[in-house]
Amino acid sequence: MLQIRGLRASAGEKEILRGIDLTVHAGEVHAVMGPNGSGKSTLAQVLAGHPAYEVTAGEVLYQGQDLLAMDPEERAQAGLFLAFQYPVEIPGISNAYFLRAAYNEIRKARGLEEVDSMDFLDLLEEKLRLVEWGPEIMGRAVNSGFSGGEKKRNEILQMAVLEPRLAILDETDSGLDIDALRIVANGVNALRRPDNATIVVTHYQRLLNFIIPDRVHVLSGGRIVKSGGKELAFELEERGYEWLEDPVGAVS
Amino acid sequence: MSSSVETLVNKEYKYGFVTDIESDIAPKGLNEDIIRLISAKKGEPEWLLEWRLKAFRGWIKMTEPHNWPNIRYQPVDYQALRYYAAPKTAKPLGSLDEVDPKLLETYQKLGIPLSEQKLLAGVAVDAIFDSVSVGTTYKAKLAEAGIIFCSFGEAVREHPDLVRAYLGSVVPASDNFFAALNAAVFSDGSFVFVPKGVQCPMELSTYFRINAAETGQFERTLIIAEEGASVSYLEGCTAPKRDENQLHAAVVELVALEGASIKYSTVQNWYAGDEHGRGGIFNFVTKRGKCAGRKSKISWTQVETGSAITWKYPSVILQGDDSVGEFYSVAVVNGKQQADTGTKMIHMGRNTRSTIVSKGISAGQGQNSYRGLVKVLPKAAGARNYTQCDSMLIGNRCGAHTFPYIDVQNSTASVEHEASTSKIGEDQIFYLKQRGLNTENAISMIVNGFCKEVFKELPMEFAVEAQKLLGVSLEGSVG
Repeated sequence: MLQIRGLRASAGEKEILRGIDLTVHAGEVHAVMGPNGSGKSTLAQVLAGHPAYEVTAGEVLYQGQDLLAMDPEERAQAGLFLAFQYPVEIPGISNAYFLRAAYNEIRKARGLEEVDSMDFLDLLEEKLRLVEWGPEIMGRAVNSGFSGGEKKRNEILQMAVLEPRLAILDETDSGLDIDALRIVANGVNALRRPDNATIVVTHYQRLLNFIIPDRVHVLSGGRIVKSGGKELAFELEERGYEWLEDPVGAVS
Repeated sequence: MSSSVETLVNKEYKYGFVTDIESDIAPKGLNEDIIRLISAKKGEPEWLLEWRLKAFRGWIKMTEPHNWPNIRYQPVDYQALRYYAAPKTAKPLGSLDEVDPKLLETYQKLGIPLSEQKLLAGVAVDAIFDSVSVGTTYKAKLAEAGIIFCSFGEAVREHPDLVRAYLGSVVPASDNFFAALNAAVFSDGSFVFVPKGVQCPMELSTYFRINAAETGQFERTLIIAEEGASVSYLEGCTAPKRDENQLHAAVVELVALEGASIKYSTVQNWYAGDEHGRGGIFNFVTKRGKCAGRKSKISWTQVETGSAITWKYPSVILQGDDSVGEFYSVAVVNGKQQADTGTKMIHMGRNTRSTIVSKGISAGQGQNSYRGLVKVLPKAAGARNYTQCDSMLIGNRCGAHTFPYIDVQNSTASVEHEASTSKIGEDQIFYLKQRGLNTENAISMIVNGFCKEVFKELPMEFAVEAQKLLGVSLEGSVG
């Protein structure tokens, strides 16, 4: 599904990713953990193609394609989904309209017919249940005036509708209370399939009580310093990150 | 990012063609003889010629307003312009079948078919080509309801008493430099009269087209809604691409008597000039409505995307008690466009209410200024105003400016002003791209959401037009 080799990336003058190697197979859930400033979110943003970062070395193959050569929208159309740490507000555009536009762009890219608003509402009904929401949320403007928890839940709803092949969750657990966390995790678990994969980027082990990863990677100073099974997450919870930190030092 | 934004807003101006038609054109320059010529061409009565000449004599003593508006341009050489141009075939016509096929073709190309069978159901159109009206549709049907909808020239001939009673009653000839110029040389325009108690059964629409070179367009529109009457009126504008600037100095007067309501919508897409700021229309327009009677209502909605320079403040004089004034505006500037636009709400009567919603979008090197006056006079007890003024910036080279003036002379009045400025950020665009939308659609969606409160005020046909203009897909109101 995804092969990252020797990936280096900078923001301006500052190098943040300093040689990442990571392979994710279909059907797997990977957790990327690490202290603040280790480059976790940058990795997520670079994979999605955020223009603020420049890739200086390495390659990324996504379903056999050169991911780094694709525009952000092409990556999305090819099934790569990023659940944002800070979802953006779009005043004046309803959640329903926005989500249908996104859904249809992705369908178009795959040579499928666009769906009209009536058919889309049917499809939404089932997805809304997954995040335990009523239809009212679809009439509100995208993320406008949403609480932090609602924004994160909205990301999961979008993920459920768009059915990505590779989903990257960037700190989706941050700022969530335990109920919201459970709803978000249930959504992610319900979407797990043998033909898709998920990368969960998180600072805390807490989320991994709900979403059981196949592999856990620890990022420090822009490199993966340790990989292991799900038990690594528990170890991190107990011992913290210090014992693993890259001797070169974390980027602040 | 900014390059794709520019491609979006700089989509080729598709109305920039010229119709090759023989015109009857006045010599260049402006003097009393030219005014006599215009008046004679139109077969006007003596009182109207005198009115024009008086306006002209006032105008010569006035100076172009260069100091206070936030716009920069070389002063116009008024002697280098022509003040009258008419397609040669445009004589008073018995029916639309007699209109020159070339003109019909022009309007067809603009998406305004003048054949009644092909028209959008429920919209009557008056088409103004340079200085004259080339045809008005659905006249007979409207006449059955007692509604007069015709060119201004025809109104002067057929309904002189009505014209005389209301002409200049809202915008006097001496009002300002451009209004005085218009009063002196105005060519054609539309006239609407809706009698007492009549609800106009269809949208009335005027389509303005400048064609001839070195010509100004000076139309004049007068709309009167008698007691309890209501009408919705739409105005659209385009012009060919030309290297020199062309002047458009129009005057619109609205009069609403007791309980009457007038809704006036504009989608203005005059040629804006090229990327170097060459050419384009100078849109110097005076629009004002008077809520003369109790419980009357006047509502302006405008979507302004064209013109090199826009200078325009559609206003409402709230004279009758309990009258209502509204102003909803989207103004877009891009390239080297400049806009100084806004409104004036003059509260005279008691419990008068006004709402102002202004959305300014600046891209490229465009400069967008909102200028608004809310004035509450001593007798306007209980007057209320709400103003919301939002600016959006796209890119780093444009500007947004706000000049609100508030003058309250009655202590029971309440005036609210809210303002915001936002910038389309890389993060907003990236978010939408990450959901599969390309940059163009992403920007359209953001801009469209920003303008939503104004778009929802537009009649449906115009909402479609506005949507096309911004290159956006519009939510909700177009079904």
